[in-house]
Amino acid sequence: MSRIILTVKDLEIALDPSGVEIDHEVNFELVEGEVLGLVGESASGKTTAATSLLNFQRRGAKIAAGSITIDDRDVLALGSTQLRRLRGGVISYVPQDPGSALNPALRIGLQLREVLEDHGFGDSDAERRARVEEMMAEVLLPSDKEFLRRYPHQLSGGQQQRVVLAMAFSCRPKIIVLDEPTTGLDVTTQAHVLNTIRDLVTAHRVAAVYVTHDLAVVAELADRIAVMYAGRLVEIGPAAELFAGASHPYTRRLLHAVPVLTGRRTLEGIPGFAPRPGHRPAGCAFAPRCSYAVAKCSAEMPPEETVGEMHRVRCWRHEEVRAQAPVLAQKDDSSLESGEEAGLITVRGVTAWYGSKEILHDIDITLRSRECLALVGESGSGKTTLARCIAGLHHFRIEGDIAFQGKALPRLAGSRPRAIRHAIQYVFQNPYSSLNPRKTIAQILSQPLNIFFDYTRDQREERLAEVLDLVSLDDSLLGRYPDQLSGGERQRVAIARALAAEPTVLVCDEVTSWLDVSVQASIVQLLVRLQSEIGLCMLFVTHNLALIRSIAYDVAVMSEGRIVEYGPTDEVLANPQAEYTRKLLADTPTIEAAMLKA
Amino acid sequence: MSADDWAPATERPIDAGDAGAAEAFNETLGHDLEFSPARRKHRRREWVQLLLDALHYRRTQVGLAMFLFIVAIAAVGPHVAPYSPTEFVVAPYAKPSAIAKLGGDNLGRDVLTRVLYGGRSVLILATIATTVGMILGVSLGLTAGYARTAIDEGIMRLLDVVLAFPSIVLVLLMVSVLGPRPWLIVLIVGVTHAPPLARVVHGVTQDVRQRDFVEAAESLGVSHLKIAFTEILPNITSPLVVEFGLRLTYSIGTIASLSFLGFGMQPPAADWGLMINENRMGLIIQPYAVFVPVMLIAILTIGVNLFSDGIGHALIGLDRDTGSA
Amino acid sequence: MPALLKIILRRVALGLLTLLLVSVLVFAATQAMPGDTASAILGRAATPERLAVLREQLGLNRPIATQYFTWLGGIVRGDPGNSLVGTEEPVMQLLGPRIVNTAALVVAAAFWSFPLSILIGSLSGLFRDRSFDSSVSVGSLALAALPEFVLGLVLILLLAVQVLHVFPAVSMVNPQLSIWSQMHNLWLPAITLGLACVPYIVRMLRGSMIEVLESEYVQMARLKGMRERVVLQRHALPNAIIPLIQVIALNLAWLAGGVVTVEYLFNYPGIGSALVDAVRNRDVPLIQAIVLLIAAVYVFLNLTADILTILISPRLRTGLR
Repeated sequence: MSRIILTVKDLEIALDPSGVEIDHEVNFELVEGEVLGLVGESASGKTTAATSLLNFQRRGAKIAAGSITIDDRDVLALGSTQLRRLRGGVISYVPQDPGSALNPALRIGLQLREVLEDHGFGDSDAERRARVEEMMAEVLLPSDKEFLRRYPHQLSGGQQQRVVLAMAFSCRPKIIVLDEPTTGLDVTTQAHVLNTIRDLVTAHRVAAVYVTHDLAVVAELADRIAVMYAGRLVEIGPAAELFAGASHPYTRRLLHAVPVLTGRRTLEGIPGFAPRPGHRPAGCAFAPRCSYAVAKCSAEMPPEETVGEMHRVRCWRHEEVRAQAPVLAQKDDSSLESGEEAGLITVRGVTAWYGSKEILHDIDITLRSRECLALVGESGSGKTTLARCIAGLHHFRIEGDIAFQGKALPRLAGSRPRAIRHAIQYVFQNPYSSLNPRKTIAQILSQPLNIFFDYTRDQREERLAEVLDLVSLDDSLLGRYPDQLSGGERQRVAIARALAAEPTVLVCDEVTSWLDVSVQASIVQLLVRLQSEIGLCMLFVTHNLALIRSIAYDVAVMSEGRIVEYGPTDEVLANPQAEYTRKLLADTPTIEAAMLKA
Repeated sequence: MSADDWAPATERPIDAGDAGAAEAFNETLGHDLEFSPARRKHRRREWVQLLLDALHYRRTQVGLAMFLFIVAIAAVGPHVAPYSPTEFVVAPYAKPSAIAKLGGDNLGRDVLTRVLYGGRSVLILATIATTVGMILGVSLGLTAGYARTAIDEGIMRLLDVVLAFPSIVLVLLMVSVLGPRPWLIVLIVGVTHAPPLARVVHGVTQDVRQRDFVEAAESLGVSHLKIAFTEILPNITSPLVVEFGLRLTYSIGTIASLSFLGFGMQPPAADWGLMINENRMGLIIQPYAVFVPVMLIAILTIGVNLFSDGIGHALIGLDRDTGSA
Repeated sequence: MPALLKIILRRVALGLLTLLLVSVLVFAATQAMPGDTASAILGRAATPERLAVLREQLGLNRPIATQYFTWLGGIVRGDPGNSLVGTEEPVMQLLGPRIVNTAALVVAAAFWSFPLSILIGSLSGLFRDRSFDSSVSVGSLALAALPEFVLGLVLILLLAVQVLHVFPAVSMVNPQLSIWSQMHNLWLPAITLGLACVPYIVRMLRGSMIEVLESEYVQMARLKGMRERVVLQRHALPNAIIPLIQVIALNLAWLAGGVVTVEYLFNYPGIGSALVDAVRNRDVPLIQAIVLLIAAVYVFLNLTADILTILISPRLRTGLR
């Protein structure tokens, strides 16, 4: 029985100075040497809970109450000198964005050394230098003088993150807090970094709190998982138990929403959206969205109840929830439609440049009517460039043939005739920047209507309502502005804007990358439904190999500007031919692996 | 000193919660979207909301009060002045008396009267110059920021040329051969506003331009001009409100300085800047003739600056949390 | 680092190009205006003989392009021509001592106000939103708003006329003696100019300090358990001083132009008051020379600021990745 080294009791974090609650009654513990995954979506309060372990909050938030005990000392009650020694010495932090966490004016060697110096590690400079070399070797980075003299901007994203990891582990702390450390990294780099973390944690018997919104990423790494929703911990327990038999409805819904490489194909989102701080109801915050909710749930907040060894949950009906069949064991016979034989958009021998650099080489693909083709690859693979070439948004040189319905397509959307321009529509990745914040939803949606069609005012109003209905939004949203909508709602509006033009082809460029897992599931559900209802041809660009199973019949895998594999999704995933595809498959984190542990 | 080095905050805090209203900019689309009141959520235009927020700060309130005080003097002054501004009523540099409450100026005219008449020219000229500058600066900055080509580079280079002069030197240069004329001064001062303003607008425009909704409009085939005015401009109005205030402060300063140097309003006009210069020699004997207009100019400029700063703070919004003003 | 050299040379070339365009503007504004330049200059004092003499002197009868290049050639050789006024001395001779005087004034103003403003600005940023910061903020706003001559007059009121009688209100500078022997005439104008710079430097430093203190890397340094003193000295300071260079250069450049009203107010014999006199007298060669000089100083200081910024910030120095 390993000992507990950190206990969080009744933690409360609030906005400063308004006092609006962000985290409430958070209790959890950390066992020596274990990895605890702290999982939650936006507005869950997971990041503020994590930084409070070092008694730190950003400007605008404060730790209002509670205790955090490490080795019988309350972190929140320490004086400044003791706190300073604690940070970096006993408990370290790995930030989300290593690029901005490293000082651009200082060489990385210095930034690595200074932690050791300030914590009095080692008795001489030579010892400290040796330790730096040791650390760099463990994170698989060179430690020669030339490399250490570099500035942060001279390192790649993955290298920067590994430097930060080395810094965090250098004084041999007992606990590491990792704040979404692989966000923004490529799948391959991410796999690398995750392996490094796993190795370091095992080698040094360090306990880790891994904060993330991505269950898949933490599935293989974590021993226990804590799920947060609307500022409260709703379930915490051993990972295997959670995946096999989740006791909280939200956990279950999350498992329904995570893309998997085998097993069920359909993704299910959660209706509604999470309440923001200050707008949380009196009872269980999840009740409005919960299919198990009864009257008691909205009235009273459920207390923490123990359901197993180190497994607790906050739900009035947890027994019934637990009794349901495990989510991941569910089979799914649904299949996606394959399209018609003839290609709607054909791309032949296309080469594209970015300035003077050639970034797409000799691409051949076909988009068929009523079918979705997924374009998968990491950043720099050219998938977005290809999508933009087809959509007419690529402003640099393109050579080769892109044809729509047999006729050559003008390069830029602006120069395409109206009839063609409306037929091919593009949905942007970032819902926070694709809608003009100064326009109402009605105005945003009216723009394509006014350009492509000649409607009377009544017809237009009708069409607006129709289009909103297609994306399952209420027409009360018409008078609102984008900043009054959630991320998921905004993306639906962006899709609605594309649909308003009555397209035949919809190009979706990483449209779920900025969204929470459950919201991503809803959007993918929506797109699948739209595709079959309207008969759209879709090009779905993503970096997530598991996601494509839920939406695309065919897939083209891209790497460094070329298509390395091309074929039906099921076949490619079951039997990858290309080396790159195999590697990508191996590096994609999934929760099924964790399931197997159970 | 110009307000060139001011970098207005253009960022709104992410998730400002119940953020203020946005502008409904649909005129150029040619349609008036009307919805039944039940459906429309009422929100004020953003800059109105901005002004109202700003007025919560003490500095904005004080600034506005100071500004209005001077405007009142300038507007009402001539109607309540005891004499005409060119009338001789006492001996030159006479001390304050019952006849001339603030004493006499260098020619024996009533200082009080000339002070009451002297604010109009500065205010009117400064306002026009600022407006000219805003129009010029915004057009240039918007065009340069939006254009992807050499036009951008070209415009900014040309503006650099104008920027190479301190504005007063540029005005003096122009006035040297053409002579001091009000319209010329207004024009030149306006032109000197254009480069720093264009810089600011250029920067903000480029930021907005990166955002996807601009590309979305381009892909729909909307013309560049329409995009500049309907997509980009509404997103940069807030910093422009702040800039107007700052530029106004600076216009007032420059125009008053010009009159002081003798190249602005010409005698026998009643103008505060001119008065200060005319009465300088008698400073020790009759200080009021110099210091009353000095104080009035000070109150005006400080008032406008405080007010603009208040708006600037409202724009940033961060300081709201800590309650400082 | 050939890439670095290329960047620097490019900046220098642009600076020279700007100066060239400035010279065109100066020339056009004074000699190439529509209408008869000579009569515009002489105004009411125009008689046919004087007009002819003036035209000969300025070469106004030649084609515009020739005029421009002759004039430009003269400038480059260091001879902007002769003054049209009084004894018609060569312009450079007239300006020589004046340049020295203005330089002394600018240095004096910068000497006291820059370090003080930097200190105040940094402290404001460090102790953000406390009472020190708030009072500095309001004070800066007031100072920034006032035109320099108003500021100067207020100082005269306080220090020379009403409250204290410390300084002379109007400088009786003896043009025969060097400025160093008449330093007391320097004080008030130097204080005025210096005060005018304070708000801008304070604001810049405060902003820069706050930005750095709230940056991710400073937070990270604190989370690493570094001592606060080390955080400030090693992490914050190197990043906070980068904008400082721009600020100093810009303010120095501004001072070169701001001297105009201040010198006139205090009757100080520098290039600023020379410009005012020249404009009043329509002394074209003198006007051209002074304006060009001021513009050249501006461009030079901006250029230096740009180059120093590149050299100092590691990211720009080692080239963008």
